[in-house]
Amino acid sequence: MQHDHVLTAKQFSRADIETVLDRAAAFDARREGVPPDGSEHDGSDAEAGVSDRHAETLLGLLFFEPSTRTRMSFETAIKRLGGDVVDMGSVESSSVKKGETLADTVRVIEGYADALVLRHPSQGAAKMASEYVDVPVINAGDGAGHHPTQTLLDLYTIREHAGLDDLTIGIMGDLKYGRTVHSLAQALTRFDATQHFVSPESLALPPDVRYDLDEAGTSVHSHTDLESVLPDLDVLYVTRIQRERFPDENEYRAIADAYGIDLETLERAKDELSIMHPLPRVDEIDPAIDDTDHAAYFDQAHSGIPVRMALLDLLL
Amino acid sequence: MSDDSHQLRVSKIKNGTVIDHVRGGQALNVLAILGIDGSGDEAVSVGMNVPSDRMGRKDIVKVEGRELSQDEVDVLSLIAPDATINIVRAYDVIGKHRVERPTEVVGVLSCPNANCITTGDEPVASRFAVLGDGVRCAYCETLIREGFADHIDVE
Repeated sequence: MQHDHVLTAKQFSRADIETVLDRAAAFDARREGVPPDGSEHDGSDAEAGVSDRHAETLLGLLFFEPSTRTRMSFETAIKRLGGDVVDMGSVESSSVKKGETLADTVRVIEGYADALVLRHPSQGAAKMASEYVDVPVINAGDGAGHHPTQTLLDLYTIREHAGLDDLTIGIMGDLKYGRTVHSLAQALTRFDATQHFVSPESLALPPDVRYDLDEAGTSVHSHTDLESVLPDLDVLYVTRIQRERFPDENEYRAIADAYGIDLETLERAKDELSIMHPLPRVDEIDPAIDDTDHAAYFDQAHSGIPVRMALLDLLL
Repeated sequence: MSDDSHQLRVSKIKNGTVIDHVRGGQALNVLAILGIDGSGDEAVSVGMNVPSDRMGRKDIVKVEGRELSQDEVDVLSLIAPDATINIVRAYDVIGKHRVERPTEVVGVLSCPNANCITTGDEPVASRFAVLGDGVRCAYCETLIREGFADHIDVE
């Protein structure tokens, strides 16, 4: 995999994706005490020869928006590889509060760190940042744009649970503003996947993402309700309907209820259906589903560690 | 009325560029794209909505003392795809070009996406890739398929 920066999922070929996922699987296996050579060890990173792989590497964390999973999993990943982080901290406590531009901020922090992980509310922020620095920039979410590292862990989870070949996936919820959706849909064009998009018309895929899917030759199947397509799905990827997108609470409530799932919803689903969610969830998935074999979303969240370890390992 | 007869309405230029066959009503946008706002030295003549055999109505822009580069005129293709460019020296047309679609336009259009990084206070010029049927922001990937003139943002 030869990339200077990780900005969008579109930049990855199928081979790139498989390289990252294979390495992530190797890291996963090592932690479980099954190294590739078949020998046994205690599963620790030190024993697996991973913990000093990137000793002295510092990852700069620049999160201009809140994050739990992405921020912590990047921090965990680099520490498991022997490195550490330097963290800009909250926007309120940084020079950003004084009006510093992102272009200046990244040029300062590139002097402190070997790579930058950037989350920013503006679309295209990571791309712009990459034009100002010489160290790798990893897009950890740019507004309603992209979230390519989430996509890699999504693909890892899909591969583990359902396989990426001959996949039929439903992607439901906020498809307009959901950056995880945009990146996932684009990455899935690299595989033999049939994609069904389920959302209210007001939250349908934006034209630029549809353009990319059309360019890739993917047929886009759009639905306003899950019912008709649910029995066909191997994976259902649910996203959060964001309350702040609706001026009216009643309208939000009606849509949020219509695009949530519970055990009753799943009566018509395949037994093997895997349900995914980038988390955090609010009301989209009834907690009663957590204890079923359908629930893959916590596995998905945990995949963030080996996948980001693999990505960093390949990038740095 | 032929193109030749209306040309007489606007005086010939000695040296410079004549941009002809601009779609009717787009002359001021042509000037905006070229960064001509009257504050420079150029003498500029503009004909708007003049009759044209080929186009019905057209605009024409004559810029005295400035020969436009191919890069400059190529940007005009977004709003004036039929334009012809005549380079004039000593009253003679020494070069005649058609506009060609560039692969990208920089610093000409503003992104309509209010959340695009180029619309904030960052020191970054707008950049759009030119597609077959529109343009696309190089940063936030927003598509513009029509109404390019509404997004012209030249200082």
